[in-house]
Amino acid sequence: MVQYSQPRLDASFAALSDATRRGVLELLGRSDASITDLAEKFDMTLTGMKKHVGVLEQAGLVITQKVGRVRTCKLGPRRLEEETAWIDRHRQLWEARFDELDKVVEELKRKEKVDGRKKRE
Amino acid sequence: MDARRESEPTPMTNRTTVERKSERELVVTRTFNSPARLVFEAWTRPELFKRWWVPKSMGMTLLSYEADVRVGGRYRLVFDPGVEFFGRYIEVTPHSRLVWTNEEGGEDGQVTTVTFEEKAGKTLLVMRELYPTKEALDAAGTGAADAMGETFAQLDELLVTLGANMERS
Repeated sequence: MVQYSQPRLDASFAALSDATRRGVLELLGRSDASITDLAEKFDMTLTGMKKHVGVLEQAGLVITQKVGRVRTCKLGPRRLEEETAWIDRHRQLWEARFDELDKVVEELKRKEKVDGRKKRE
Repeated sequence: MDARRESEPTPMTNRTTVERKSERELVVTRTFNSPARLVFEAWTRPELFKRWWVPKSMGMTLLSYEADVRVGGRYRLVFDPGVEFFGRYIEVTPHSRLVWTNEEGGEDGQVTTVTFEEKAGKTLLVMRELYPTKEALDAAGTGAADAMGETFAQLDELLVTLGANMERS
């Protein structure tokens, strides 16, 4: 089995469990922003936004850089590749299973139609 | 940006959605263009279940499958080479709900709940797997498909290399 680094996955999933933090990642995917920008966009105090950014930073999803008095945030280098790979493996399995299940169900449906017709005849 | 993936729908098949709802829960949804009782039948009759539970991409061979689909009834899947999955049914509500335990890994395995919800002749199937801990879900296997992701990535790289060589020649 492919092994994923457990603490990193934990930190990432914890970071992603919050709607504001997911919104911040989405926004940073479009352009870098300062903590002040982010706090305004999400209608939040500076302290509150600093906490969110801190969680994202610890998970490696965001990096921040202080230039003068402004702290700029941008997407971290590791993005979501591990999480995506993990979910993809599960999706591949279930998609394959359910496509096969679909075939079985369609067969039952066809059989029922034929049987129904026979009964009416 | 969400921990969620969807497959591309094709004209013939509906979309399968897989989502990690929480640290301990994986949720899979799929719609079938058939009444719930047929989807339920394909799930609960062992001879039908055997035809779809182990797709080729899983890379495993199902040697036998037995299931006594009623509350308290047991099931057992035996794969080559001696890999077994087993547990018992906690809830069985015809055409709408199945809940079973997964006990091959000891007593605190995940609990699987499947609901079949019919609307206008179609059935929305929702499967939830609740794990005892987030570590257990992180480590949850998907059969030989685990290794396939890497294989495909390597194949992709090879194809890109080959493609680049072709263009140059």
